[in-house]
Amino acid sequence: MTTRLAFLGGVYSNYLALGATIADAKRWGADQIFCLGDLGAFGPYPDRVFPLLDQFGIPCVQGNYDDSIGHGLDDCQCGYTDPRDNHFAAISYRYTLENTSAENREFLRGLPSEIRLEVEGRRLLLCHGSPRRTNEFLWQSTTSTPFLEYLLEEAQVDLVIGTHTGLPWQRPLSGGRHFVNCGAIGRPANDGQTCVWYARVELEQGRGPRIEFAPVTYDHRRLANEMRDEGLPEEFIETILTGWWTTCLEVLPGKERAAGVY
Amino acid sequence: MNPLAADTPQVSISHLDQLWFQVSGTLCNLTCHHCFISCSPHNDSFGHLTLEQVRARLREAVALGVNEYYFTGGEPFLNRDLVPMLELALRQGPATVLTNATVLKPEWLTRLKAAHDQSEYSLEFRVSIDGFSAETNDPIRGEGTFVRAMRGVTQLVEFGFLPIITAARTWPEQEDAMVLARFREVLRAAGYARPRIKLLPTIKLGAEVKRTEGYRDSQRVTAEMMEGFDTRQLICDHARLVTDRGVQVCPILLEAEDAVLSETTMAESLKPYALRHGACYTCYQYGSICANPSGGSLGFGDRA
Repeated sequence: MTTRLAFLGGVYSNYLALGATIADAKRWGADQIFCLGDLGAFGPYPDRVFPLLDQFGIPCVQGNYDDSIGHGLDDCQCGYTDPRDNHFAAISYRYTLENTSAENREFLRGLPSEIRLEVEGRRLLLCHGSPRRTNEFLWQSTTSTPFLEYLLEEAQVDLVIGTHTGLPWQRPLSGGRHFVNCGAIGRPANDGQTCVWYARVELEQGRGPRIEFAPVTYDHRRLANEMRDEGLPEEFIETILTGWWTTCLEVLPGKERAAGVY
Repeated sequence: MNPLAADTPQVSISHLDQLWFQVSGTLCNLTCHHCFISCSPHNDSFGHLTLEQVRARLREAVALGVNEYYFTGGEPFLNRDLVPMLELALRQGPATVLTNATVLKPEWLTRLKAAHDQSEYSLEFRVSIDGFSAETNDPIRGEGTFVRAMRGVTQLVEFGFLPIITAARTWPEQEDAMVLARFREVLRAAGYARPRIKLLPTIKLGAEVKRTEGYRDSQRVTAEMMEGFDTRQLICDHARLVTDRGVQVCPILLEAEDAVLSETTMAESLKPYALRHGACYTCYQYGSICANPSGGSLGFGDRA
């Protein structure tokens, strides 16, 4: 038997991309869709993502943003060190906190920090950053294979799926194990395209998992207009319209930074 | 050695995420007035690591699940085997070299660019410049060093690298924003269109003690301070340093008497360390001072 699982992360209030991603995953034949956290940030009308997650029965892992908004903390715990990054992070954090209902904040508070499941004989661990820390950045160019082997060994799983960095990548490991970063559907992947990405994982007994990243197009112009209506920074809107990141760049490693234009 | 106070906390390593190499020991072509290990062309109290030593440690590192490698000194490029060392490291993980960028040769950069392009991992250059002008930098790093380091930055940019300019804060902290802005301006004017900058606190050890002051006895980490503190902020929580004397606790306490944790294997060095030094206090205050910004995490949600 084959099981098809879809993993999306970094929704960042982009309810339009969320709707389009769910539709795409359904067309592909996903048996279950999972969300790996950071429902808010960046985009407009944060409350609009919750009904979609509820309607399609999508289990969620708690991201650092969800913990912050849920508990009304002072900041998003993104771990930025640059003043410019922190400036923009503060704008979107304040907006998201003010515009998330009490009921949805309670929902965010109650999310688990990880989900473990066994599917087709494989042990899966779904997390936000890394199996050991919610806001650990696992970038492709700064995460070594021996380190991933260690993380999977410690967690005693065959497949780890995370998000947090916003860039999709995966790496096969020893013994048929894999690490997958599903990317983000909230904003483009700093590749000059306006689409966003999620991960499709197909599992079957006695065979290695099939992993692919799927691009999703959505009405990004409408999102940009709504962001403008809500007074969100032009820098964020530019990212939605061009596919290039304009903020939160200091945490990017050299290779990932060089792939973008800013 | 400082006597161990009753309330001196100990830090157990959570995992060896970072492995540092003191590749050029304490030898440097410059003699910076704030250097916390007093490196100079004549300070050979720590010597160069050989390519074979680095190769053997890299082999150990795979088994221990190390994530990333840092190469420091002294000036790492004084070690004639640095390029092959970085090539080796890039086969198994991301590598960072901490340099003053005044001795870079095009043939080395050509090889490193090729190694970087072939690797899935990032090679980062951290370039020390301690002021945005010759007037602010040279009194600390030496006559003519600003111009020479900026030339090095331009060279790296021409090779397609995005160096991280690392500046030790020798100005009042409230001037950070101004200093960052001036740095960006100067770097852009020199052709570095998207400068990356990391500010560091000074460490009041070595030459810096003469330039300003050392640590007071009261500047120590206590057990009480550790309550509720995220130990991930401390480098000894997740790193070790390889020197020609063995495996040491961290790149800052190079000369501390209790810093050598193993003269044999790296696994042996993974034992608790007492935060007895003044520099531990700086590490505690500022957190993650040695790592690159891409590893920057404030440790939320630690489930280990």
